Amino acid sequence: MKWVRRAAIIFLLAVALACVFAERLAPADYAHQFRDIPDAPASAAHWLGTDDLGRDRFSRVLHGTRISLLLAPAAALIASFLAAVVGGTAGFVGGALERAVMSGTDLFLSLPWFFLLITVRALMPLNVSPITSVIITFALLGCLGWAAAARVVCADARSLKNSDFALQARASGSSGYRLLRHHLLPNLRPVLYAQFWISIPVFILTEANLGILGLGVSEPLPSWGSLLRELEGYSSVTSNAWQFAPLLLFISVVSCFHLVVLDRELPA
Amino acid sequence: MSKRWFASLFVMVLTLGSATAQSGTELRFCLWSEPKTFNPLLVQDDSSETVRYLTGGVLVRLNRQTQQLEPELATAWKTSRDGRTITFALRQNVKFSDGTAFSAEDVAHTIQQMMDPNLHSPTGDSFRSGEGKVETKVLWADKIAIFFPAPIAGLDKLFDQVAIMSAKSPKKERAVLGPYYVAEYKAGSHLNLERNPNYWKHDSSGHQLPYIDSVRLDIQQNRDIEILRLLRGEIHLVNSLNAEYFDKVIAEKPALVHDAGPSMDSEQIWFNQVASAPLPAYKKAWFGSTNFRRAISESINREDLSRVVFRGHARPATGPVSPGNQFWFNTRLQPHPFDQKAAMKRLEQDGFRVQNGALRDKDGNAVEFSVVTNAGNKYRERMATMIQQDLAGIGIKLHVVTLDFPSLIERIARTFNYEACLLGAVNIGLDPSEQMNIWLSSAENHQWNPGQKAPETAWEAEIDRLMRAQASELNEKKRKEYFDRVQEIAWEQEPFIYLVNRNALSAISTSVQNAHPVVLRPQVFWNIDRLSLGSEVAQK
Repeated sequence: MKWVRRAAIIFLLAVALACVFAERLAPADYAHQFRDIPDAPASAAHWLGTDDLGRDRFSRVLHGTRISLLLAPAAALIASFLAAVVGGTAGFVGGALERAVMSGTDLFLSLPWFFLLITVRALMPLNVSPITSVIITFALLGCLGWAAAARVVCADARSLKNSDFALQARASGSSGYRLLRHHLLPNLRPVLYAQFWISIPVFILTEANLGILGLGVSEPLPSWGSLLRELEGYSSVTSNAWQFAPLLLFISVVSCFHLVVLDRELPA
Repeated sequence: MSKRWFASLFVMVLTLGSATAQSGTELRFCLWSEPKTFNPLLVQDDSSETVRYLTGGVLVRLNRQTQQLEPELATAWKTSRDGRTITFALRQNVKFSDGTAFSAEDVAHTIQQMMDPNLHSPTGDSFRSGEGKVETKVLWADKIAIFFPAPIAGLDKLFDQVAIMSAKSPKKERAVLGPYYVAEYKAGSHLNLERNPNYWKHDSSGHQLPYIDSVRLDIQQNRDIEILRLLRGEIHLVNSLNAEYFDKVIAEKPALVHDAGPSMDSEQIWFNQVASAPLPAYKKAWFGSTNFRRAISESINREDLSRVVFRGHARPATGPVSPGNQFWFNTRLQPHPFDQKAAMKRLEQDGFRVQNGALRDKDGNAVEFSVVTNAGNKYRERMATMIQQDLAGIGIKLHVVTLDFPSLIERIARTFNYEACLLGAVNIGLDPSEQMNIWLSSAENHQWNPGQKAPETAWEAEIDRLMRAQASELNEKKRKEYFDRVQEIAWEQEPFIYLVNRNALSAISTSVQNAHPVVLRPQVFWNIDRLSLGSEVAQK
């Protein structure tokens, strides 16, 4: 299966490179409305046609992918960091603190956080630029998405703390900090990596869901969520097959992320 | 002899077969939600309204095509000079669907029920003109007078919504005077309406109406499925389509769709002009300036909005009355043209200037504001995005913010923490009195600055005066003059920047005959008792 993983990595790198050079590759400004040609099919001027407002779809896909691919890992990083701090501390200290923290985590997990996200977003100031709004959206996703990962990290930290090598280190006089720094954290890294990679497609999907509800990234900035809204409902789908390009890219990227993660997890 | 006998038998069988096919006609279409009530006086939602329209008998009916009032259960009526009394002469020998006789007692009973404060009838709200009781007096079995405590403008038209209920029938609201009665209701699935055997109306050749024997209303919330069912021939009509569905149907079955022209519905933007709103003073000054509002209006390309967002199925709006409202629309007014040079001139009069591509006010503040609209409404989101590009043309930065509906209402009606809002208005009635709750400065739906204790501007005071004058005037011509002036002030001051009037779009199977879709609700089945089904009957 190594070749599949390699292909996935190459594909992700190609997408990432295309996004980095989006300004150079895009044939038009992603926000410019060519109002005489809405819903146009693919042509030399518009490689993936235009959307319902006449905006160049290829340019929007490039910029939308850049935003989703840049900010989803950032949100995943926030979530993984919080999971490491909360879950790691609870697992390492154990006892009453672990029980209290895990109860809090369970409570957090049971919250209808999608609605919470909608509420928090509604409370945001109105006069923010689209780029600020997208950063806030992903930051919120990161801050709300740590709980499931924290449970996994906590369980792993607890098992590491009670492992033979940790016992030996403690018997050899290692302090708590030294035990954490040199023995536990390095061994927690694979779990944290896995949680990080798993979170990326989850956040991409959540942003897409918010986008479909119209609560994601503000216009005119594109994201995968707003691009996928074109396919919302039977009436929106036209005979223009290029409309499906963002969906195809979205599925490919999320699948590639899963392939990369799966292959990392198997040896562990 | 035997040959002739067989031939006669064959003809008889054919005739019987054809009669059976005719008598089993069933019209099918969808309701988008469960009807919340079958009591015609408590109707608020669209589905209950549909059932009321199909089953209720009214004294007078607004002809949706001519927009004129026509006699139904009342053969004649007269409104007193002071506008407080209306007298109806009733049709004789009319029976409810269960056979109970109809008389003036039933009208009196309906009015008393409707005005009972404990019932909280939304239909009755339109008749509450002032303090005091509404009285009824049965003059004869076929004549009744109704007395109101204060004059009501357009009083007779309001009776279009009042379905008469029986005072004596044990079936209560299930005994009806309309073309159909509710024969079966399966919650979450469908309603079956059967032809009222006692319906009073006949066609010119003496044939009892309605022509169609039954109506099946399937409860279907998913519009996609509804359209697919129409295309498969499982239902006969879709009463209201959006532009995308219209194009979808036209691509597959062009004969089915109808564009009746601009509907009563409008889309508009307004600026927050509430004095206590938590906005910076300089923004309040912008939003309160007529020049600023007019400049924004002239910077919006309404033709593009109609063509791109609504795919040509909308018309640039002029004001609070759609051109579809034949009597009340002020024909002297035209939609504001797209003219950014004229807009800049207006802005310069207020001290605005463009610096490095950005518009700044006289104090150097960059002109930047947000417009909120409800999330999930693609048309409004698209309009806002197009307006964003239009305003960028004069150096204004517009932030488009989509909010879930409760959050939006919280901001525009309670906290007033917003700058501009894009929403639509659905006008069901034609009469300007139905817009009193919007135009009076004291009204809660006076959205740009609701609930004013006294009008805060001279033009709002003038609108208040004109709206009150038209409401207490019985001469239609004078009322029209007053309301024309209201439309002119709204056009000059633009508290609402009207964008477009959406067209009334519908789809009807070619097997439905006598269908003439119109702009008023219910667009397709307004003449339900005259619709008939041809040979191409929808398949189950």
